[in-house]
Amino acid sequence: MDPQTMTSVQTRTSLGHGIDISSMERSQIPTRIEDESIAIEVDKLDLYYGEKRALNSVSMKIPHKKVTAFIGPSGCGKSTLLRCFNRMNDLVDGCRVEGGLRLDGKNIYDRDVDIAMLRRRVGMVFQKANPFPKSIYENVAYGLRLAGINKKRVIDETVEWALKGAALWDEVKDRLDDSALGLSGGQQQRLVIARAIAIHPDVILLDEPCSALDPISTLKVEELITELKSNYTIVIVTHNMQQAARVSDYTAFMYVGDLIEFGNTDQLFTKPSKKQTEDYITGRYG
Amino acid sequence: MATAQEEIAAAMPKTLVSQGTEGVHAYIKSGAPYVWVTAAAISMAFIITLSLLILTASRGLPHFWPADLVQGSYQEPGNTAEPLLVEIRSAEEVTTARLQSAGVKIDDSKPLHDRILVKVANRDLLGADFRYLLSDWFTARTSPEDATVFERVEWGNFHGFLVGLVEDGKSVASGADTWAAFNKSIARADELRGKLHDIEKGRIRSINYAIERVRLDERRLQLQGHTRENAAADYAALDVRRKEQEALYEGLRGELDSIKKELARDSLVVKTVDGTEVKLPLAKVLEAYRPNQMNVIVKIGFFFKKIWEFVSEDPREANTEGGIFPAIFGTVMMVLLMSVVVMPFGVLAALYLREYAKQGFVTQAIRIAVNNLAGVPSIVYGMFGLGFFVYFVGANIDRAFYAESLPSPTFGTPGILWSSLTLALLTLPVVIVATEEGLARIPRSLREASLALGATKAETLWRVVLPMASPAMMTGLILAIARAAGEVAPLMLVGVVKLAPSLPLDGDAPFLHLERKFMHLGFHIYDVGFQSPNVEAARPLVYATAFLLVLVILALNLSAISIRNRLRERYKALEG
Repeated sequence: MDPQTMTSVQTRTSLGHGIDISSMERSQIPTRIEDESIAIEVDKLDLYYGEKRALNSVSMKIPHKKVTAFIGPSGCGKSTLLRCFNRMNDLVDGCRVEGGLRLDGKNIYDRDVDIAMLRRRVGMVFQKANPFPKSIYENVAYGLRLAGINKKRVIDETVEWALKGAALWDEVKDRLDDSALGLSGGQQQRLVIARAIAIHPDVILLDEPCSALDPISTLKVEELITELKSNYTIVIVTHNMQQAARVSDYTAFMYVGDLIEFGNTDQLFTKPSKKQTEDYITGRYG
Repeated sequence: MATAQEEIAAAMPKTLVSQGTEGVHAYIKSGAPYVWVTAAAISMAFIITLSLLILTASRGLPHFWPADLVQGSYQEPGNTAEPLLVEIRSAEEVTTARLQSAGVKIDDSKPLHDRILVKVANRDLLGADFRYLLSDWFTARTSPEDATVFERVEWGNFHGFLVGLVEDGKSVASGADTWAAFNKSIARADELRGKLHDIEKGRIRSINYAIERVRLDERRLQLQGHTRENAAADYAALDVRRKEQEALYEGLRGELDSIKKELARDSLVVKTVDGTEVKLPLAKVLEAYRPNQMNVIVKIGFFFKKIWEFVSEDPREANTEGGIFPAIFGTVMMVLLMSVVVMPFGVLAALYLREYAKQGFVTQAIRIAVNNLAGVPSIVYGMFGLGFFVYFVGANIDRAFYAESLPSPTFGTPGILWSSLTLALLTLPVVIVATEEGLARIPRSLREASLALGATKAETLWRVVLPMASPAMMTGLILAIARAAGEVAPLMLVGVVKLAPSLPLDGDAPFLHLERKFMHLGFHIYDVGFQSPNVEAARPLVYATAFLLVLVILALNLSAISIRNRLRERYKALEG
């Protein structure tokens, strides 16, 4: 992370939501994708649901340890693209993918890829918080147990670490054995994030993580995202353009299966290079 | 003609004050009739269930109440009076014409006559336990204090008066102190009978079982081609075992003989109501009581004691006396065995249908076929069980593993295992359907959550989906139990008997004897009700057994329901 961004993050954190300041600061020296190290490379990706084509030859590079946001109107394919990153689309009947999607240089659609291994490295948080009907502790420990980790000491430590990482520890430390379903919506979403980071993934996919949350919970999750990016590559799909502007470093605008524009967030929101992008962010459609 | 806009405007209310609260139309619209109709439906269901319980209880349970003994004189016109000592069981009004057509010599002075059903007991002397009497002809009724009911091992009860007690042929008591002396010697007889029962049903049965095992082991050696010459050591070991058991038996037989002699020592002298003196060996008398001396509290205690005996004892005298414990035990055990078989089988089948099979024409056809299996008459399952399980599977098991006991079959004959398997087949569709519904209700989001954490499909099913579907599986089990516990017809073909000599679970290794035949409450009802020679004695038992069957099913269901509720509480995410 370059020093400029570092200060802007600090400013933002200290001011809570002093977004305008940080945007201004950043817009002066825009960072460029070309300067970033790359976590995921999407290469001419086509996706079909049966006969219907949902993604048209999408190519993009997701930068390492940065927040990348996908925006666009409903049905534009941004969630579909996100779900390609951990092959969640495999669960959909009749879904077919062509082209390449490389994580650290390895095409995840190769035949020899173990999907379970892939998903351990690429975690995902869904639109609606989906904790298991188990205790808070067991929710976070779930992925660890799957990975064959059964030592109580290791699990105890990791649960605490993950819950602290998800800014939930102070709220639940006294009731780890209570059902996770007793938590509020925002707490549940942070629990799900804790569950995802407990297995130390490289990438975290967030599929509209705040759409079901109230403004206060949304703020907490956004702060969390900003903190998490120092350790994880984060890709977030959002309907909310202000949110994309607040939390992301890079933004991709998609429209009907096409990637229209992808670049530095501040640049995309202030000086979009495509007319479609400008129409969307100024609210002319979507 | 009004435009659509105008029509809508005309239909919409002009005021907020409620309009037209009267009239049929408004009443139907108010929704009140639906509340009444639905409430009536549930009330009907509730009332029917309740009246079933009340009916069976009220017809069955009075049998255990110690009714007063009534002494009187019964005189039909033209005959001499006969003295009777009876328990009045029931009374009814019968038309004169009906009595006349039944051959009763009666005049037309009254259109209706009271007829009573009485228990006269003394079947060995009178030929029948029960008689119908015309109430008007049964006169001079008294309730003598010392009228006694003797419960006997055979021939039903005896009604009479205790006259004396004989010990080793010598009279030891007579007159007023006989009752006290009798109570002392019946206590002694009870103790002896207990010992006798322990030896016969416990130790001697075990010895018989062990000797039978020796015989089978010997036969197996022979079948394997070992002769006494080339396997002398094996045969010698068998002989030792047999000698041991025979020695044990000799010892017990001596003990048994002495107990029997002790038991035969006493006998009672009793007088029937017509003055005949009869000698009753005490060994054949289980209990005696004087209902006319009992007050209500004693009677209530006696009533519950009799119910407990009914629930806890073996049947006697072609099932018309004694208890029904083996039938309760058999029913519960058969249902539990069935549950153990049907649950994994049904859950696995449902898992495949719902989770793994490609949803299409074939899967749908299989699903419809499974659902239709639930509609096949149960006797057809019985036929299948007999033909497949007993004659095919059982016979092959016998040939492969129990060749030494052939030609008498071990598994190639109806038994509790085959009954459980047959009922498991019968209830399989219910479990499959219920489990499938449960699986379908698990939210996709939770499966995705698990998969996204690196779980395989199998891990997701095992760790998330199945636990959450467990309440639905329990619902399936509850329905299965409700159906299986009440089935009788198929069981008659695959394992139920009127009287089973031993329980399918006992103290002889291997403890669980799945090949044995068993008794069942449902079949017991049928047997006692339709196959019993002693109709009047059997009738209350039929009701009492039915009452008990309902209670047993209720208990089984309640325990399954409580497990389900606990699981639901734990996985209540579904409701959210």
